[in-house]
Amino acid sequence: MIAIIDYKCGNLRSVENALDRLGCEYKLTADPAEIIAADKVILPGVGNAAEAMANLEATGLIPVIKSLRRPVLGICVGLQIMCRDSEEGNVKCLGIFDSHVRRFPADPEAKVPHMGWNQIGNLNLGKCKLFNDVPSGSFVYFVHSYYPTLCQDTIATCRHGQMLFSAALKYENYYGTQFHPEKSGDIGEQIIRNFVNL
Amino acid sequence: MVAKRIIPCLDIRDGQVVKGINFLGVKEVGDAVEMGRRYSQEGADELVFLDITATFEGRKTFAQLVEKIALNINIPFTVGGGISTLEDASRLLDAGADKISINSSAIANPQLISDIAAKYGSQFVVVAIDAKNIDGTWMATTHGGRNLTDRELFTWAREAQDRGAGEILFTSMDHDGTKAGYACETYAALSEILSIPVIASGGAGNVQHIVDVLSKGKADAALAASIFHYGEIAIPDLKAQLAEAGINVRK
Repeated sequence: MIAIIDYKCGNLRSVENALDRLGCEYKLTADPAEIIAADKVILPGVGNAAEAMANLEATGLIPVIKSLRRPVLGICVGLQIMCRDSEEGNVKCLGIFDSHVRRFPADPEAKVPHMGWNQIGNLNLGKCKLFNDVPSGSFVYFVHSYYPTLCQDTIATCRHGQMLFSAALKYENYYGTQFHPEKSGDIGEQIIRNFVNL
Repeated sequence: MVAKRIIPCLDIRDGQVVKGINFLGVKEVGDAVEMGRRYSQEGADELVFLDITATFEGRKTFAQLVEKIALNINIPFTVGGGISTLEDASRLLDAGADKISINSSAIANPQLISDIAAKYGSQFVVVAIDAKNIDGTWMATTHGGRNLTDRELFTWAREAQDRGAGEILFTSMDHDGTKAGYACETYAALSEILSIPVIASGGAGNVQHIVDVLSKGKADAALAASIFHYGEIAIPDLKAQLAEAGINVRK
């Protein structure tokens, strides 16, 4: 059973649909007992990082998330709030990943939001099973205006204009993708399958 | 760098694709889910589904269709048509749409852009503008180009961006349906004054037209309908030719 953490943070439907397509059992939940008992946990997130942190705090689930020993996957803003802090609303985050979340600078050659399909690279950094059968240079779908900086937890990179940032992060049993695997076609499905099979 | 996007657009009436589509091997012509899946497998980067139904019943059918599309398609898709309130947008978000596109309703009530963007984020809001060149000035129109408004394209696009639109989908009504190419110079000018992505629509007749609008026209994405539906250009061939022309596309 996969627990999708329900903390009133945007549309969780696409994550549910992706798991349905793979035939995975999942439950949308904010119940600590269910989250602790789950084989895998997904922390989705759409919208504003400061709001997402506030909503997550309101659930009282932060100590639960930090104590999990099974694989946890943060997606997009879900990844961002697992970093140290975010410039979006100047908010302190969970501090699981050693990365800071910053706003993309204005760049005429690199529009913000960074929206669309871009390539991920350096997938060998973490020697991570999340990228089994995913070649470097694969295109995945991004939608974001803030990016996680490069750090020791970076397991995939992406370039937008002059900025090279973390496309994916891993620390112990915690994983995060800045892109949306649930919207990234067959490659995205492979990444979710890899997570489910960890 | 982020790839230039190719976006087929499907018109839906009462839950069915309106225009015939020329895919080999597809028996159920008209099935929006099947068409969408085909395009996705062929390498389309996103899909747009436009509801051209005018009835309440048709709208309900469309929302049910959006649920099926969301369950079956693993790339992003935008839905448009008949969205005039925040509640309309919420219903489609709940059904699983990644983005909604608003046009006439945004012109009638620009606050709608701000309200939807504030609630669901800019990435969810595409503002579509159908404009016509009137004596050298591009003016926005509504109702498929029939009604002229007092909004100038560039000013309106900037306002939409400032209110929180995540993308601008500009259709030149002078080029739409002509198959004689996109309004490249206008797209280039629009792209330069905006910081958000511009989607070009209207005028695609061959591959070179798409090459032009994505290079000279500086558009971030090209949307087209009939050239894909009638099989005049197959998406894998289009992608290969775009790559050959030096345009960064997803392979």
